[in-house]
Amino acid sequence: MGGSIAAIGMGLAVIGAGIGIGMVGSRAMEAIARQPEAVGDIRSNMILMAALVEGAALIAIVMSFLVS
Amino acid sequence: MCFSLTAQHNHDDHDGHDHGHAHDQHEGHDHGDHAHDADSHGAAAHGDEHPTNACGMSAHHGEFDPGELAFHHVSDQNVYNIGPWSFPLPCIMWVPGEGIDFFSSGKFNGDSHGNGTKAYKKYVLHEGLVQRVPDFPTDELVDIGAHSVVAVKETIDGTEKSVSYLCYNGTKYKADDRSTLDAGYFGGGLTSFHDLSITKNVLSMGIVVFLLGWLFLSIAKAYKRRQGMAPKGVQGLIEPIFVFIQDEVAKPFLGAKWQKFLPLLMALFFFILGLNLWGQVPFLGGSNVTGSLSVTFVLAIVAFLVTNFNGNKDYWKHIFWMPGVPAWVKTILTPVEVLGVFIKPLTLMLRLFANITAGHMVMVIFVSLIFVFGKNGTSTLGGYGTVIPSALLSVFMMAIELLVAFIQAFVFTILTASYIGAATEEHHH
Repeated sequence: MGGSIAAIGMGLAVIGAGIGIGMVGSRAMEAIARQPEAVGDIRSNMILMAALVEGAALIAIVMSFLVS
Repeated sequence: MCFSLTAQHNHDDHDGHDHGHAHDQHEGHDHGDHAHDADSHGAAAHGDEHPTNACGMSAHHGEFDPGELAFHHVSDQNVYNIGPWSFPLPCIMWVPGEGIDFFSSGKFNGDSHGNGTKAYKKYVLHEGLVQRVPDFPTDELVDIGAHSVVAVKETIDGTEKSVSYLCYNGTKYKADDRSTLDAGYFGGGLTSFHDLSITKNVLSMGIVVFLLGWLFLSIAKAYKRRQGMAPKGVQGLIEPIFVFIQDEVAKPFLGAKWQKFLPLLMALFFFILGLNLWGQVPFLGGSNVTGSLSVTFVLAIVAFLVTNFNGNKDYWKHIFWMPGVPAWVKTILTPVEVLGVFIKPLTLMLRLFANITAGHMVMVIFVSLIFVFGKNGTSTLGGYGTVIPSALLSVFMMAIELLVAFIQAFVFTILTASYIGAATEEHHH
């Protein structure tokens, strides 16, 4: 029982991270389209932001491993 | 110092053994040396019956479980498997109060799955990992027969755990996993012995460090010799990557002090990148070093120590007494900021571990599709039909993982740089 609840929690965390990383990616694409000359700066900041969003999801996933 | 997931799995009986006729007493164990391919787990005609051995233990292996196979393949091992060949590694075992034992894992006479047929100094080899049997009657090298260690699922304190037992001369002995320092959260805890061996991961790390050292020393020599000239050969491969990390990571995040931290950032980046790529080379054992929590834990500790030892007055002031906010907000903000100091390296550790481990596991599971659809060898059409889709999916996944290897090394470096940069930044209020 604990395992299936943890699996639901893991899925919710992944939905959250997916929305977050999707927004980071879409805005970065828009920014690159507006200012193609700033592509290098935008790319590294995009990866940084995606990594930070991912961090929250990872903590949730590890927590769900621990309770299951 | 092990946080590794000590995953055990149950399919103790592998292909090649004829399970066609019912054998209630699995006596004799006369199937010692089958040379079979490392990827052919479970590809046999397992019947429905569960054979029990002389101690009445039965390994549940009716269904092929790709998840457990994947866990087994990402865990650290005391043997190095390359295809069907198994290379022994030195074992250094420490039993508190009894001293240190030093021997080769070749003593166990393991097959290509890492299941030994011999016990030595109360140690046995099961699924590539050395386990200790504290109650074993003798320290001598004795024959225990093939597949005499069985992992069974037991419910301890409400959680299901995998516990291994050795059957020797009709008696059942409990086999301990090695100790881990995770207080049991990841399935380990302190047991009767500590494994300080040169394991597969340690050997891989040594090889990668040696290769990187050789590569960078030869490049450094080339710069001295060819001063003022255009880079040539391997210089031309590494220089753009080096300059990229220097210009995109070190300079923007660290400001004026970038030269002080450049060696650390470069070491982190190339160490992680080298190990990520080494684990991805097909037919080289696929060691999962950066997907081992022990390794990423130490890397995160390095980032944590460098950040906090270099933190200036402003950094600590912003953690404990944030300037410019009302006092009641500070009572909420201070605990959050203090937690943040520890959560930052924690996420560094988990991000690298989870990304690399997930990649390795997905690879194994894509290969396992063949056995899932082949129904453990009973459905030939399903098995052969899945070979090509499975191979295509694996190639696709390896291409993605190649990208992930670079991205994760870059992300670890850029986040470390941003944490150090935030801690050493000069504020002008």
